[in-house]
Amino acid sequence: MKVVFNGEMTQLNTPNLREFILGKGAKEPFAVAVNGEFVPRSHCAEMVLKAGDSIDLLSPIQGG
Amino acid sequence: MRENTPLTIYGETFSNRLLIGSALYPSPKIMQESIVAAGSEIVTVSLRRQNSVAAGEDFWQLIKDTGLTVLPNTAGCHSVKEVVTLAKMCREVFVTDWIKLELIGDEYNLQPDPIALLEATEILLNDGFKVLPYCTDDLVLCQRLAALGCEVLMPWGAPIGTGKGLLNPYNLKTIRERLPDMTLIVDAGLGLPSHACQALEMGYDAVLLNSAIAGAGCPVSMAKAFSHAVSAGRSAYLAQAMPEKEVAAPSTPTMGMPFWHQ
Repeated sequence: MKVVFNGEMTQLNTPNLREFILGKGAKEPFAVAVNGEFVPRSHCAEMVLKAGDSIDLLSPIQGG
Repeated sequence: MRENTPLTIYGETFSNRLLIGSALYPSPKIMQESIVAAGSEIVTVSLRRQNSVAAGEDFWQLIKDTGLTVLPNTAGCHSVKEVVTLAKMCREVFVTDWIKLELIGDEYNLQPDPIALLEATEILLNDGFKVLPYCTDDLVLCQRLAALGCEVLMPWGAPIGTGKGLLNPYNLKTIRERLPDMTLIVDAGLGLPSHACQALEMGYDAVLLNSAIAGAGCPVSMAKAFSHAVSAGRSAYLAQAMPEKEVAAPSTPTMGMPFWHQ
């Protein structure tokens, strides 16, 4: 089963969103969206991923 | 003399009127020094994918160390859905309900999409955000944004990163006159300190800029120059400029002039 993580196709090793992003090395601070919808941090542990989902993990950068 | 009031953004007051961006500096050290030299109290930031080159906790730590108020932006978004999602992600990461709402409508000049901007602004205001919309210098658009409940508007001076200054002073003056109680900030397009001074002279409450400082030969010196220009422009606005005239009028008294009409 595969998903898209930060724009790249990858194997889904666990359907749990929180476990998935931690497995991807997520470092604080970050925020998560699945299929273009924001997922609050408090909901990540309950969210179940499915094949084809697109997960975005964002962190602070410079901005104008 | 006009009464001097502090810059007010959704109930919070600030003494400095130069909001500064954190991008494009030659190094993190120069970014920090430039922000200090500008005297800014508000700095803009953004969010990107964590595996991108630019993202990192080091940058965020640098910003936190400045102790400044953070204004997250939604730069790069092209749809209402994108901008709403990114705003919510910013709120969680930066722990603020402020959002500099950027919603691009045209890739060539990075012009904000006025129609989608209204829709996104309404959604975010209803969700508890304090929206600072980056918009064009269109009076009716600004009036509509004000009617939605925005307490701050940020019309552009010129397209982002061009450094062209205030391309349409008439439009900007009209917005100032028609929305006298609105906090107005010129955002984008400034290149020279004189541009910032001009905005403050016409009664704008502040300017927000990034490229003009970060892209200068010496960003730290340019940050100081902008700081002086903003102070000068604000002082001039408070002092109230003389009325412009079409006909010359001598400043030196003519009474007692020797050789008069000989």
